[in-house]
Parts: sequence; structure tokens; C-alpha cells
Amino acid sequence: MPDSPDAVREFEARIAAGETIEPKDWMPDRYRKQLIRMMSQHAHSEVVGMLPEGNWITRAPTLRRKLGLLAKVQDEAGHGLYIYCGTETLGIDRAELVDQLLAGKAKYSSIFNYPTLTWADIGAIGWFVDGAAIVNQTMLAKASYGPYARAMVRICKEENFHKRQGYEIMATLSAGTPEQKRIAQDAVNRWWWPSLMMFGPSDKDSPNSAELTRWGIKRKGNDELRQRFVNLTVGQAVAIDLVLPDPELRHDAETGNWHFGPIDWDEFTRVVHGDGPLNRERLAARQDAHRAGAWVRDAAVAHAAKRAAAADAVAKSAAA
Amino acid sequence: MADDHSAAPASVATTSRDGQWPLWEVFLQPPRGAPFEHAGSVHAVDAESALQNARDVYARRGEAVNIWVVPTTAITASTPEDVGPFFDPGNDKPYRHPQFYSVPRGVRVY
Ligand SMILES: [Fe+2]
Ligand SMILES: [Fe+2]
Repeated sequence: MPDSPDAVREFEARIAAGETIEPKDWMPDRYRKQLIRMMSQHAHSEVVGMLPEGNWITRAPTLRRKLGLLAKVQDEAGHGLYIYCGTETLGIDRAELVDQLLAGKAKYSSIFNYPTLTWADIGAIGWFVDGAAIVNQTMLAKASYGPYARAMVRICKEENFHKRQGYEIMATLSAGTPEQKRIAQDAVNRWWWPSLMMFGPSDKDSPNSAELTRWGIKRKGNDELRQRFVNLTVGQAVAIDLVLPDPELRHDAETGNWHFGPIDWDEFTRVVHGDGPLNRERLAARQDAHRAGAWVRDAAVAHAAKRAAAADAVAKSAAA
Repeated sequence: MADDHSAAPASVATTSRDGQWPLWEVFLQPPRGAPFEHAGSVHAVDAESALQNARDVYARRGEAVNIWVVPTTAITASTPEDVGPFFDPGNDKPYRHPQFYSVPRGVRVY
């Protein structure tokens, strides 16, 4: 049944008045579908995002670095769970979403299809990728859907640690030996442009943007967020003596913004559609991890069944 | 209050698809005597593991001194349709508020 125009009007008035939409509230079917799509992609990204960094846990250069990275990757698992839990409030089961991911039918942020070649990549990910995620998620913390917004608030509190541990890695490498400095700059060169792509296509080319904005799911446009990220990052790069790989980068006194060069959207499209450097590897790693964890899930079920049976027996003997 | 979850099987599933396990709503009590607050939910086979999952997912940085986990199916919630009639009795009784009562000019009551 199509949504009644009156109901949609009333719904949009609530959004305009700044009210939060809660799980049991009436919502247009499209709103629900858009949220399920967006939130599940976000949750998948948190989960797949553990893979490039997980690669480096055993190879972290010091115990301090290993502790930090381990805690960060654990946080990302938590982020995935917060958002899956929020998505379930829209009437879809997490198992179904996970199945879609494992079957290769779900999208996730294409940034995670790039390889982590050196330790410096871990620094660049924390600095750029988590830095970009903070800009995006701070905006989403004001999303009109309550469970999504609340998950974002929780996540934002944790992201600052992610960014700072990455930035510290980069600062340390940049001030280190020539070889350390070289891998730091190399990581910056490889991660900068994909990080700018994380904000998605320009709003005028983004099919979902208008609707998401009208319904208060997104409060700012992709371009505005990207610009904010660039403005924040330029000074951080200068401070640790690393160069962002963009010859067009210059301060625009008129707008106060840092002007940056054109983004290679063909590359973006290729990676989104599965032709990134590591799309297949990431999926295979995720499938392996899920399979390898099966015994834990089976053991939990067996343990619960055993305890339930024991409790049952106690109850029966007490009744006898 | 608690986010409503439509998919909440009542009994323990026997497959490895952990998403099919029962859903538990998680409430955290922050330090220093603040009231419990809803944090989110976890899937778990039983109450004990729900508690452990809740700690790992929602309390990694001293966010809580106490955790409650409640089977989602055990929560009875008001519905949005009720909102008017259900809460009206609280809204049309101004005499429940201090401003309803007048005091002599210049007197400090609190
Ligand atoms: Fe995250
Ligand atoms: Fe993060």
C-alpha cells in the first residue's frame, strides 16, 4: 500500500520541527528502506574496516602501538554492532544483513579495498580514514532517526582516540629515519585521494542525497563535508611535515576554504563496483573469519542448552 | 524508551547464525549514581552471555558501574498512537507545577 500523502506530510512536518523519529513511529516506506540501506552499509564498513588494520596487529613495531591498534580494531567491531543493532529496529535481522555481506551482495566503504602495504598505512588510516569518518559521523549524530543518531553519538566519543593514535604514528615516522619518513609520505600519497572519495560523489551526482537531506538523515552535503575535512587536515599535515599529494591545493582567501584538485571519480566507480585492489580478498577474509568463528557460536548454544537442562532438572527435583 | 525490535525469537536457536539468538536490551548505569539509561541491544544465547556481550560492546571505557540486560520481548512499551491520550493527564494539570502558586511580591521561596 502506498504511503498516504497526509501521513507523509505529517511525517515531514515532524522532521522539519526537529523531532526524532523512533522505531515504532510511522515512517514512509522509502525512509525505512533508505535507512536500512545506509545503516547496513555503514555497519558493514565498520566490520570490513577491521581487516586492513587487523593485518598489522601482529606486526606493530612496539607494545604501545600494538595495544592501541588492538583496542581500535575492537572498537570498530563495537561500531559495527551498535549500527547493526540500530538497523534491526527497522525490522530487519542482523543475520540477514551479515548474510548479504558474506554473499558479496552488500556494499561497504570502498576505502577498505585498498591494501595496507607498510606500517605507515596504519597511521594514515587512523589520521585520514577515521578523521574523515569523524566529520561524517558528527553530522550523522544529528540524523532524524533516533537509534542511528544515538549510535553515532556513542561512536564519535571513540573516534577521536582512533584519529590521534594514527596521527601520532605519522608524526613519529615523519620525524624518524629517512626510510621512516619515506614510508609516511608514501602512505599519505596513497591514502589521501581515496579518503576524499569516502564522502561520496558530489551532491549533484549523488542519487540519494536530496531525499536523505529532505528527511533529515543527512544534515550536510557530501561536498561540504569533504571541504571541512580538507580544511581540517591541511594544517595537521604541515605540522608534521608531510605533503598532501595535490598540486592544486591552495588557500582561497575569499571563501576561507582550501581549494583542492579534481577527484578521479572513475577510480571511485571502479572500486565501488568490485574492481578495487582487494575487493575479493576482503570478502574472502570476512567469510573465513565467519567460518572460523562457527565453533564459538556452536559452543555458546551448547553451553546454554546444557545450563537450561541443568536448571530444569533442579526445578523438577525441587518439585518432587 | 527501549528501541523496539521486531525480530526477537523467544527461544535459543540451534544454528550458528548468531543473529537468530534472542535479543536483549542493554541498560547502563553510569558512575556517580546516575540513573540507568538504555544503551542498545545485543544478541545472546542466555542472560549471562548477554551480560558479558553488553560489557564488551557498551562498556569498554568505564561507561558503567552496573549493567541490566532485559529480554526485548519482556518489555512493554507505550505506542506512538497513544501519545496524546496516554500522556494528556500529565499535561493538563498546571497545578502540579510551582509556577501555578503565587507568593507575595519580593519573597524568595527557594
Ligand atoms: Fe568506526
Ligand atoms: Fe574508527
